[in-house]
Amino acid sequence: MGKFFERFPDPLARLIVVVLALAVVGVVVVFGLIPESMMDVKAQWADAVKREEARPIKYAGFHACAECHEELYDTKKKGYHRDLSCETCHGAAKAHTEDPDKVKPEIPAQRAFCPQCHAYNPSRPRGFPMINPVAHNPLKACASCHNPHDPKPPTTPKECSACHGEIARMKAVSHHVQLACTKCHDVPQRHKVSPRSVRPSKPQTREFCGKCHGKDATDKMAKNAPKIDLAQHGEKYVCWQCHYPHSPEVEQ
Amino acid sequence: MNGRRTFLRGFVSVLLSGGAIGGILEILPSKADAREVPPKGQKWYGFGVSVDKCIGCARCMEACKNENNVPREPFFFRTWVERYITRKNGTTVVKAIGPNEEQLQEAASDKSILRSFFVPKLCNQCASPPCVQVCPVGATFQTKDGVVLVNEKTCIGCRYCIQACPYGARYLHPVTHTADKCTFCYHRISHGLLPACVEVCPTQARVFGDLNAAASPMSRFLRMNKIHVLKPGLNTEPKVYYASLDGEVR
Repeated sequence: MGKFFERFPDPLARLIVVVLALAVVGVVVVFGLIPESMMDVKAQWADAVKREEARPIKYAGFHACAECHEELYDTKKKGYHRDLSCETCHGAAKAHTEDPDKVKPEIPAQRAFCPQCHAYNPSRPRGFPMINPVAHNPLKACASCHNPHDPKPPTTPKECSACHGEIARMKAVSHHVQLACTKCHDVPQRHKVSPRSVRPSKPQTREFCGKCHGKDATDKMAKNAPKIDLAQHGEKYVCWQCHYPHSPEVEQ
Repeated sequence: MNGRRTFLRGFVSVLLSGGAIGGILEILPSKADAREVPPKGQKWYGFGVSVDKCIGCARCMEACKNENNVPREPFFFRTWVERYITRKNGTTVVKAIGPNEEQLQEAASDKSILRSFFVPKLCNQCASPPCVQVCPVGATFQTKDGVVLVNEKTCIGCRYCIQACPYGARYLHPVTHTADKCTFCYHRISHGLLPACVEVCPTQARVFGDLNAAASPMSRFLRMNKIHVLKPGLNTEPKVYYASLDGEVR
């Protein structure tokens, strides 16, 4: 061994000894001292998955509610709120399913709750039922008119705007503000009771709009309406392919 | 002549040994790039978002915070909803909405609005996740059903993954000081329940399910809609699929 080191200059020999010693220590630490669980990432991941799976559940899911509240569930199933989970409004209820008497889910009766979904907001999709919470029966609790488990208007609405609020508000600031809905739509009485199965009519032809906007329109409300020559103006299209009748875009 | 031969021999042996070391350490590029095909006959979770159906009620954000103990402060989210307002002059304003927050009411008469809508966002659970690639300690990983999780026992809170996520889906948990993000409610889905946000969504704007299932709300969602994902150019292969997504949404 001594002979081996004599082949190198003294400083190099020392260096080799130090490096070898470090290598041995390294091997001992890596393979001997560090526990397997710290080295094996796969085992750590399996552990993490187990921990993740064991986290407490707080929302029980709508099947759990149906087990006891069968009647409400059946009512809800037929109404417009059929796709809502009970916990959407009543909050997390896993604790309630485990101890029904002690833990009661909340009943959001305050007036601020329903507008979270049903307040008018232009970003909401067209056709979603929206109201203006300031103007809509102020200070009255929502549930005093609407059953939240089967929501529908309490009385047959007289005005179109009760359901078609977005269109009504849009029309109210448009050039068509003076026109009643029935000027263009024939509304069967039954539409107010079964809105989806009986629908109002819609204008079908260019000539319909032409009654007011045609060059030689005779309708007495059409005196100041912008006039076009039906034969010349956008002949390939029907009017509402370019103009939205509830808020016509043409500015004078 | 002799010098050239020596050089060549040395060169070849360096190449070979480099390859051998690479092979042993599994750092060969071909291995790293190999894309895993979603395994058949096993769960491979995906998420669907119908932008057209979202009403921006923030029930999902509320439920997520409840279910997963996300801090209540309004800048820690596992899922959040953005409100887009595109005006006629071409500008688009994006604002994350808050739960129980009075939203600013643009009048219907505001003619400068061209279109406006809500976009729910969450971790995209990418099939090739950048956050997993950058984690220096292997604390974030993909489970065999395709969900990216964080091992909070080994996470050192270096925030590298938070930087790397192109979707801004991660945050540093102020209590544990580890990275945290949406897990698709892994504790719920592994027990056959829906993620909390999907459970409470009143308009079915959120859909969840196994992408391998033949018939499920998720596979129907993918079949019946025009689908887009966020930032497809990054090749992260997100598993959160969007229907009717506007081009302004990144």
